[in-house]
Amino acid sequence: MGLKEKLHNIRGKVSGTKWQTMFGAVHTLFYTPNETTHSGGHIKGADDLKRLMTNVIIPLIPVLIFAMFNVGFQQNIAINGYQEGMSFFSGEFWNFDNFLIGATKLVPLLLVSYVVGLGIEIIFATINNHEVEEGYFVSGMLVPLIIPIDTPLWMLAVAVAFGVVIGKEVFGGTGMNILNPALTIRAFLFFAYPTWMSGDKVWVAGAKERASEIVEGANLDAISGETILGSLAQGKEFAYSTWDMFFGFIPGSVGETSAFLILLGGLYLIFTKVGSWRIMLSAVIGSLVMGLIFNAIVDAGIINETSKFYGLMSTEFWHHLLLGGLAFGVVFMATDPVTGSQTNRGKWIYGFLIGFISILIRVFNPAYPEGVMLAILLMNVFAPTIDHYIVQSNVKRRLKRLKAKTV
Amino acid sequence: MGLLSKKDLKLITDPLADDNPITIQVLGICSALAITAELKASIVMSVAVLFVLGVGNVVISLMRNIIPSKIRIIVQLIVVATLVIIVDLVLKAFAYELSKTLSVFVGLIITNCIIMGRFEAFALANGPWKSFLDGIGNSLGYAVILIIVGFFRELLGSGTLLGIKVLGDPIEKTGVYAFGYENNGFMLLAPMALITVGIIIWVQRSRNTSLIEDN
Repeated sequence: MGLKEKLHNIRGKVSGTKWQTMFGAVHTLFYTPNETTHSGGHIKGADDLKRLMTNVIIPLIPVLIFAMFNVGFQQNIAINGYQEGMSFFSGEFWNFDNFLIGATKLVPLLLVSYVVGLGIEIIFATINNHEVEEGYFVSGMLVPLIIPIDTPLWMLAVAVAFGVVIGKEVFGGTGMNILNPALTIRAFLFFAYPTWMSGDKVWVAGAKERASEIVEGANLDAISGETILGSLAQGKEFAYSTWDMFFGFIPGSVGETSAFLILLGGLYLIFTKVGSWRIMLSAVIGSLVMGLIFNAIVDAGIINETSKFYGLMSTEFWHHLLLGGLAFGVVFMATDPVTGSQTNRGKWIYGFLIGFISILIRVFNPAYPEGVMLAILLMNVFAPTIDHYIVQSNVKRRLKRLKAKTV
Repeated sequence: MGLLSKKDLKLITDPLADDNPITIQVLGICSALAITAELKASIVMSVAVLFVLGVGNVVISLMRNIIPSKIRIIVQLIVVATLVIIVDLVLKAFAYELSKTLSVFVGLIITNCIIMGRFEAFALANGPWKSFLDGIGNSLGYAVILIIVGFFRELLGSGTLLGIKVLGDPIEKTGVYAFGYENNGFMLLAPMALITVGIIIWVQRSRNTSLIEDN
């Protein structure tokens, strides 16, 4: 008897007990259930929610592995300085030491995210007596990738608990939430503990710890790494080339630095039809348009170098795509089918406004250097409204056509 | 209890829980969000509302038979405004710092829906003693929620209670701060007040399911 049959047998035994929900959740993750529906009309499709979620996890795995290398690499150059010739293919990056530093930092974040989030989902499912829905599967993977590497574990646990309970369970669980849970968690962290979420000490592993040791009198050099957006907001120069930005050898939240891997992930999502290409494309267009407007303002000489917005406004419009969390947000967060627009025309509007507003917030509000989080959350709120008007206009158009025909 | 009959007692106890002005009637939310970042401000606000609603209900009840119904809202407003100005001046004279924290919200007691709501719904139709009890009951119900919200927001947001550092000193790293705990700045922002009130509503309705409205 294979493992599969054994699991099916255990499933029969626990059904009806309080372990049913918990066991069922784990069991169906690996195997589809062995029963088929006997009556009623049903949609023919092999993909259930779990397979859909798995398809979002797959493109995130390279991002996660790259992040582990990058965390170590960033710490390394923060301590030893940046040397010419360090690149995507150099041994200084693909280095087991780097990976180890990153892994020891990232694996605990990942574990806390999953244990707390899934724990709460199972508790709620057991109380409400329904099956565990796997909404947290993707969120749990996204969360460690969108926060600074040094976020303390207890903060993450508090934020995950908040995000899952207030962001999702109170609305009725997976599929009923208005806001993207992963972004709710990040927004909570951002507003609750701003000192851990911005500044130049949070992007390099161990920088904050070091800083407090120095305050206490330890004889160490301080290390820090400002994100490119942070430097630009202060009107400072940065030392990274465009290729560095594209491949992601830059400081930033854990998983958002590599536009290259995110692009591959986006293509995977489009290919498997899990993510909407309309949202991704329109968001990119939206951010480019806003970037072009700002460039035009600078070119027209309306603002000059003394303005505090000059640094970000004069950034070349397409650079915005490579900087900060915009690409990551657009590919993995804006395309969330639950919180995004459902109609095709709605998706264009929804995506465009996400890109547009992200750059707007990014440039005009230095307190929120990355606007994509707030832009997506804002558009999550408006997505049902957009859909409503699209549907209404379709209804009106068809009624008109009907009238024309009958007359 | 000779003083309070069973029916009278219900006027006080009902608004404390099952007919709470904030969590059940959903009135007076604005002030519950605005001033609850500190426990002290919540308490002072509660006392101010207690005074205004208690006295106001009696005054309106005494005048209920002589107020022409067409201008009753204006008369009610004048009564509230007078009482609020008394509160405001007393605060400015004896607790200036606090009156600055509460800023416009003392003045805005005038527009607190609980007060006009009770005038309209109760004082205009009942005698002074009952109206007084109703006013006390409703403002106590308001106070309970304000104090619960204020307690959690100040404790988690600033690590203090009534200004006393109960969790230790965040700068010198004593108490729980020695273990890496940090204050939750989000608790001081208005959205968390709304969420805290929401959680209270959630807890209350899951304990007493008869309160859940039918869809």
